[in-house]
Amino acid sequence: MLEEKREKGQSMLDVRGLKKVYEGSGRRVEAVRDLTFTVDAGELVCLVGPSGCGKTTLLKCVAGLLTPTSGEILLEERRVSGPPPGMAVVFQEYGRSLFPWMRVGQNVELPLRQKQLSKARRRELVADALESVGLADAAGAYPWQLSGGMQQRVAIARALAYEPDVLLMDEPFAAVDAQTRADLEDLVRGLWRQRGITILFVTHDIDEAVYLGERVLILSASPTVVQEQLKVDLPAERDQLHTRVAPRFAELRTHVYEQIQAAKRGGPGLKADAPPPR
Amino acid sequence: MKDVQDAQERQLDDAAQGPTPPLRAERPGLTNAALGAAGLAGFLALCEAVSRVGIVSDDYFPPVSRIADALVTELGDQAFWTALGDTLTGWALGLAIAVTAGILVGVVIAVVPYLREVTASTIEFLRPIPSVALIPLAVLLYGTELRSVLLLVVYASFWQVLIQTLYGVQDVDPVAEETARSYGLGTWARIRHVLWPSALPYVMTGVRLAAAVALILAITAELVIGAPGLGQRIAVAQTSQAVPEMYALVVVTGVLGLLINVGARTVERRALAWHQSVRGEVAV
Repeated sequence: MLEEKREKGQSMLDVRGLKKVYEGSGRRVEAVRDLTFTVDAGELVCLVGPSGCGKTTLLKCVAGLLTPTSGEILLEERRVSGPPPGMAVVFQEYGRSLFPWMRVGQNVELPLRQKQLSKARRRELVADALESVGLADAAGAYPWQLSGGMQQRVAIARALAYEPDVLLMDEPFAAVDAQTRADLEDLVRGLWRQRGITILFVTHDIDEAVYLGERVLILSASPTVVQEQLKVDLPAERDQLHTRVAPRFAELRTHVYEQIQAAKRGGPGLKADAPPPR
Repeated sequence: MKDVQDAQERQLDDAAQGPTPPLRAERPGLTNAALGAAGLAGFLALCEAVSRVGIVSDDYFPPVSRIADALVTELGDQAFWTALGDTLTGWALGLAIAVTAGILVGVVIAVVPYLREVTASTIEFLRPIPSVALIPLAVLLYGTELRSVLLLVVYASFWQVLIQTLYGVQDVDPVAEETARSYGLGTWARIRHVLWPSALPYVMTGVRLAAAVALILAITAELVIGAPGLGQRIAVAQTSQAVPEMYALVVVTGVLGLLINVGARTVERRALAWHQSVRGEVAV
């Protein structure tokens, strides 16, 4: 991270013509056909799509965990060929992503040990990250002693402490209950506004995508292409009570919903490829 | 929302203090211990009676009281303690070598691509060879030295550890592995922080099995080859018609096996306090 931070508005993540084909035992599955999109520095972009459309495949390619069949992914104009240092991933399966043999504090600290940091600095980052997800007192507990929502907070803290330029989240709240989920959504939006990280958030939940995102990328059914890019023109200040009942929120979610239904039918989508007028 | 947070904080406090022990824990434990002791006393009394009444000849099966006498005499004999020390040395050294080698080989086979496929058939061929079949070889190579005992002990316990380690390293959760990779952990860091703890429950089972097998082989080697130790002492007692002493020594080996098993389980529980099988259900 010798380079200075990107300014807001510059492209941080560049996905160009991404294609991923799984080949094995005589079966050839084209999970992702041709995906092209960019995420600007400091942007929070949500990816939605019908289930089984290759969202996770896409995210793993971006994270450098899978090698694309063709196309390329650029992080700050450098080609991703393995897990890049400036990227952190929050997985859906927090119970399996956190290490049960380590205490919460150790879990958060582990990735930092790979970086050239002093012990004091590491401790500072861990304490700060746990504090910012509201788990300052939990450092000494084991992950399995915490509730599901708290475990996912730990996983988020681990990603924050790593100080990534880009945070990838793979359906992070799919396995928690509705109330916890609302809290975690607000937490992520709050952290995003505070810290100015770039976030690519994958979800199957349309409301979640519209509520969280500055922009929503709607994917088609498999083989996957970008069906539509929708700018979410809701105010930056959002809360569960008011935002979700705002007429504009309803319009946007309806639009996304229709697009996804169209995607499932395999159609080209609505005629109007732009968001509905205000 | 406030309520949710409060509830979470309360859970956190509970969690930080660890699981509360169930209230009834002490009483069933006591009852079980009492029942166990009563059962053992009954068994001993039966053995005593069978021999005293003359159902079996006390030439072959002396009453428990006489075996106990012989045991007390043994415990006062310096030579007995030397033999016990020899047996434990063979056991511990052999086990240590087998565990170290088993774990190292297991991890290397897991980490190096294709090595598993290449070695699988050889392992399946070598593993079922009973260690006692190697006794002639051991005698040929090392005579009645400690090294004879070690050869047999290591051969028998090595496979226990290796096989369990191989199972263990296969059980690494792909999500945990991907998490480690996404955070840029290198091969060594992934072995140390992900692969090793994931495999540890299996390795511990392997070590426990190996500890029991190692004792069996140590005693067998001493008994058959005549290497110094409790086994040899049993053989000497038998040939000199010291039947109660022979039984006393057999009892000692039984107690040894029991202690080793209890010890291995304690180590296992300590090392795996975080594991589902040990931590039990945590109220979250």
